[in-house]
Amino acid sequence: MNFFKTLAVGAFIAASVSGAALAQQATFEAVRARGILNCGVNTGLAGFAAPDSQGNWRGLDVDMCRAVAAAIFGDASKVRYIPTTAQQRFTALQSGEVDMLARNTTWTFQRDVQLGFDFVGINFYDGQGFMVKRSANVSSARELNGATICVQPGTTTELNLADWGRANNIRFTPVVIERLEEVNAAYFAGRCDALTTDVSGLASVRASRAGEANQHVILPEVISKEPLGPAVRHGDNRFADIVRWSLNAMIEAEELGLTSANIESKLSERNPSIQRFVGATGDFGRMLGLDNRWAFNIIKQVGNYGESFERNVTPLGIQRGPNRLWTQGGLMYSPPLR
Amino acid sequence: MSGESPRRPPRQTLSLGHPIVRSIVWQAVILGTIGWCVWWLVANTMHNLEVRRIASGFAFLHREAGLPIGEALIDYSPENSYLRALFVGVLNTLKVAAIGIVLATILGTLIGVARLARNFLLAKLASAYVELLRDLPLLLQLFFWYSLLQGLPGPRQALALGGDVFLSNRGIYFPWVEWTAAHWAATVAALAGILASVALTRRAARIQEATGDRPHVLLPGLVLIVGLPALVFFAAGAPWRPDVPLLRGFNFQGGVRVTPEFAALLVGLVTYTAAFIAENVRAGILAVNWGQWEAAGALGLSRGLQLRLIVLPQALRVIIPPTTSQYLNLTKNSSLAVAIGYPDIVSIANTTLNQTGQAIEGIAIIMAVYLTISLSISLFMNWYNARVALKER
Amino acid sequence: MNAPAHEAVQAVQSADPPMRPPPMLQTGIVGWLRANLFSSWISTAVTLALAYLLVRYAIAFVDWAFINAVWSVPGQDTSACRAVEGSGACWALITEKHRFILFGTYPYDEHWRPALCCVIFVGLYLISANKRFWRRELALIWLVSLGAIGVLLWGGILGLTYVEQERWGGLVITLVLATFGIAFAFPLAIVLALGRRSTSLPAVRALCVVYIELIRGVPLISLLFMASVMFPLFLPEGLNIDKLLRAQVAIILFAAAYLAEVIRGGLQAIPRGQYEAAEALGLSYWKKTGLIVLPQALRLVIPPMVNNFIGLFKDTSLVLIIGIFDLLNAAKTSIIEPAWQGFGVEAYIKVSIIYFVFCYAMSKYSQRLEAELNPGRRR
Repeated sequence: MNFFKTLAVGAFIAASVSGAALAQQATFEAVRARGILNCGVNTGLAGFAAPDSQGNWRGLDVDMCRAVAAAIFGDASKVRYIPTTAQQRFTALQSGEVDMLARNTTWTFQRDVQLGFDFVGINFYDGQGFMVKRSANVSSARELNGATICVQPGTTTELNLADWGRANNIRFTPVVIERLEEVNAAYFAGRCDALTTDVSGLASVRASRAGEANQHVILPEVISKEPLGPAVRHGDNRFADIVRWSLNAMIEAEELGLTSANIESKLSERNPSIQRFVGATGDFGRMLGLDNRWAFNIIKQVGNYGESFERNVTPLGIQRGPNRLWTQGGLMYSPPLR
Repeated sequence: MSGESPRRPPRQTLSLGHPIVRSIVWQAVILGTIGWCVWWLVANTMHNLEVRRIASGFAFLHREAGLPIGEALIDYSPENSYLRALFVGVLNTLKVAAIGIVLATILGTLIGVARLARNFLLAKLASAYVELLRDLPLLLQLFFWYSLLQGLPGPRQALALGGDVFLSNRGIYFPWVEWTAAHWAATVAALAGILASVALTRRAARIQEATGDRPHVLLPGLVLIVGLPALVFFAAGAPWRPDVPLLRGFNFQGGVRVTPEFAALLVGLVTYTAAFIAENVRAGILAVNWGQWEAAGALGLSRGLQLRLIVLPQALRVIIPPTTSQYLNLTKNSSLAVAIGYPDIVSIANTTLNQTGQAIEGIAIIMAVYLTISLSISLFMNWYNARVALKER
Repeated sequence: MNAPAHEAVQAVQSADPPMRPPPMLQTGIVGWLRANLFSSWISTAVTLALAYLLVRYAIAFVDWAFINAVWSVPGQDTSACRAVEGSGACWALITEKHRFILFGTYPYDEHWRPALCCVIFVGLYLISANKRFWRRELALIWLVSLGAIGVLLWGGILGLTYVEQERWGGLVITLVLATFGIAFAFPLAIVLALGRRSTSLPAVRALCVVYIELIRGVPLISLLFMASVMFPLFLPEGLNIDKLLRAQVAIILFAAAYLAEVIRGGLQAIPRGQYEAAEALGLSYWKKTGLIVLPQALRLVIPPMVNNFIGLFKDTSLVLIIGIFDLLNAAKTSIIEPAWQGFGVEAYIKVSIIYFVFCYAMSKYSQRLEAELNPGRRR
């Protein structure tokens, strides 16, 4: 009789599967041991995370992943980009499929508190707005009563739109389309009177039609706050610190005037802030459990926040706006590195 | 039918080699293993839900949904509950599936017959149609149709198709009447008339079989189907307030509207499924022995009667089972609506699960809805199939 | 398959004894045209109307696709394309992005690896299509080929650099999902079909019935959602299965249910005598099934199995909804960059051609096979 054998094989398989279940250890150690950072990004959003013609990921969020990899490994290329849809992103982070999420995700109370994440900072300040065709002769969002509005589902955008309609007693017909390109195409084809998404997104959508950009108007109303930032799992403070300070280092570097091009030459500069930044003094890297040149590596390989912004976001036709440094009237502000 | 194990001479004692004992042990082992796996998965899930603080249960259904929905068969606004939002989705799925099945059957039959046509060009075009549509992913076709419909002019330059029918990238608008109780009553009367005339036809067939004389059914039938509702309608005062689409503000107001999302999904599903149904129809007609045509011809029946009385009933036996699965496929494929923005059950449940974080409940709802629809279609078609099946005596 | 109906119709209409029409060529082109295009005034009207539409749309298409088309643009400057938008195609998109559409985010310098994989896949299909290879060794060929494809794609050994799964994309993902899907679904489907037909294991039969009907009753998309958002909850903390594999598992489970029904059809078509003869020889259940029943049953159902495979091949495109870079998704992603937004039709046409070539070849093959396997059913 061979069913005892079968039974034994079954038991063995069961045991090996349960054995494979690792206790969820601290993310930092896991990343170190793996030698590569698993970073959850968008499946394709120009300027934030999208593959180029050669299949390399590029964007502001992608640079966030690269910065963390540079801090941990001293090599910005040690990132595994895991494209996630709006539905998958939270499960992916909760289940440990990704170590961090840099996926233009709005920091909200519920996500921070209920879903068990920690947002470690804000790498892009945004807000939801409307874009309409100039020919529609609309100058304020309040005139949109009866309009058809294109919106992407499954995001805060959809809910903000509904809330705003109710608060202002404006009736509208939503056209809800999953994929961003499809929503944009629907708007340009005239399927909708207005397109609503983050203002940065609107600007980039408008810029994508170079020839007819001035035929579209972004309305002055901004109906929501959309602070986008990287998120990690709740309770993993050490890894959260690393991601937080990788972001801060990029902002701080811009303030200090350090760029990927000049940081090499600033190594010997006497300015104590720069000395601390590049790891010549202060031992900050060790405190994070990293190499002391962690911040230097980020700037050398990825660049400061301004560089990343100019490289990825500016070509979309988006102004720095609130994402300027606080010294220039913006909101980008890093706590001091000391 | 297949014996599970070789027959051996029965023994007195129940040893391990005894077929019954063996089958019980085997089943116990298999069920035990599967049960253990399921238990393991459930235990993991419970643990994970707790650790990740994901709520479970269906309490969220009664919370305010807050999500806007573009088209609904019943009154809906974002203040309504998730339950109502999901119900709107179910109705939208049923709507596209029901209309799609009817249209796909008609188109599929036409194309199937066209493939057998004597006109070379028609037959070749029909077969090119079948090959092209069968061999491309439906999702791709849906994207294509949707972008095509978006290419129509905007509402202010809408194409007027005459008689207050307007075609624009906001959809097709056509006039309608303000629907009142009188209209409902007339509709019910029309249905009753149809049922009554079906009964009348059957009675006529019985009389014909018994006596050889066929009583007239055409006139009484017409009276029942047309006259009865007309009578009811006029008795109710014949309210007739036309509801004409007019361009007001951003868009047409009034009338009845078919949205581009619905139209794209419907056209995609119908043209795709029709290609498969056409093949079934063609195979069904070819499967009927042509001796049957000849025999019918020898009886002096006309071409139309040959097809209707002799060939089609036999062909249907071949056509129905595969066509049933095409109906099921069409219904399930309507879930691709999520990709082009038609608010069917999948897209609404998808948004719901994204907002509440309750993935298990969301997917369970989707599955339950489709299982119910699939089983209902299967049951109905099995019943119909049994009716047309060969009665062996 | 067309001819019999014609003959039937003719035979009935003319009430003459059935006669084969004379060969077309002998009656000349005019005779052929008269018989096939202008046989009656209805037929003539249909022919003229169809010919008019055909010519009109063909001219419009040629204008758009060839005469007014833009074949390449300098760098990312697509203003030339924008200028002809609506009246001419922007094939420059394909010129710029064809490697991205085919191979997705796979490292650019390593594109020969997925390309070679596609060649192996096609070779595998060709070998499997050849009746001379329908032997047990075929399973071995499949194992070796699939193993080789795995090695090529992942790398990490034999001097190939390691490429993580998230970077795979394009056509190769479509082929991987469909082929591995069918390869693993096949044994599972046999088990399910046998289980569903077993008489002495009622509990197992009930289980198989429930499984098959459950899976066939829900859309693939719900299984894919399950794989992408629910599956991670099923596993113990810390254990992760990557997204592609989860989608692959969903596709296998889905395909197995449909394939099981096809195989069950084959099992039912085997005459009872075969079972009884095998039992008379004293063969055990497994020997009887493995040596007598299954080989015959599987041979019978090869054409519907090929059709099943075509369906699966097309259905893999649904993984785009859960964010996997298959062929269709790569095409959609290629138009994300602002410069290229709005040229979806060109990208869709390119992938349509690829899907069509694969599916059309398979469907023609299945039709031919059907005719060969059932010569008796042909009249």
